[in-house]
Amino acid sequence: MPSTDDLKQRIEAAIPGSRADVIDLTGTGDHFRATVVAPEFAGMSRIEQHRRVYAVFGSDIGGPIHALSLVTKAEQS
Amino acid sequence: MSTNPIRDEIQKAISEHEVILFMKGRPEQPMCGFSARTVAALDALGASYAAVDILPDPRIRQELSAISNWPTIPQLFVKGELIGGCDIVTEMYESGELAQTLGLKPPAEAPEEAPVASEPGAPPLQIKNNLS
Repeated sequence: MPSTDDLKQRIEAAIPGSRADVIDLTGTGDHFRATVVAPEFAGMSRIEQHRRVYAVFGSDIGGPIHALSLVTKAEQS
Repeated sequence: MSTNPIRDEIQKAISEHEVILFMKGRPEQPMCGFSARTVAALDALGASYAAVDILPDPRIRQELSAISNWPTIPQLFVKGELIGGCDIVTEMYESGELAQTLGLKPPAEAPEEAPVASEPGAPPLQIKNNLS
């Protein structure tokens, strides 16, 4: 079962210069919300930003990670 | 046309409906909180939309996600373009962008949060399963 720390580390490792805050929405280790701030989001649409974060987890979304709610923001590094 | 009838049906539904929501359950009975919030935002604007329940056949979700490059449900399409899932639709509802995208007037007093679903939307579209 993934933890909020696992998700945070995977996002921050995959997206250079990003900061992720992850909370477990249900306390059951499968519904998460992540707020992700990354320099590379600048110039990307919201759809592209969310796709970028979802891509970090591949098929884990819909698998062990039942739901990942996202808030994404661009920030200069 | 490809040799994938489910994918073809989904593509056809997306191109034939100006506003179409792929969701878990039906607008009058969503089966997931994220789908319910998305329906509530659309209904609060009085939007008319087609809805497809992806639950009856797991292949609908599989093919939809392959088409849209988006892993989660719900998914809202306007004029053939993926607008987003629950997070983006809710964000756009709150900022007034959703009304703008749908060509509707925003509610006079938009609540802070997307309201709870009340009015049922358009009847759900049935995707015929030609494979079984």
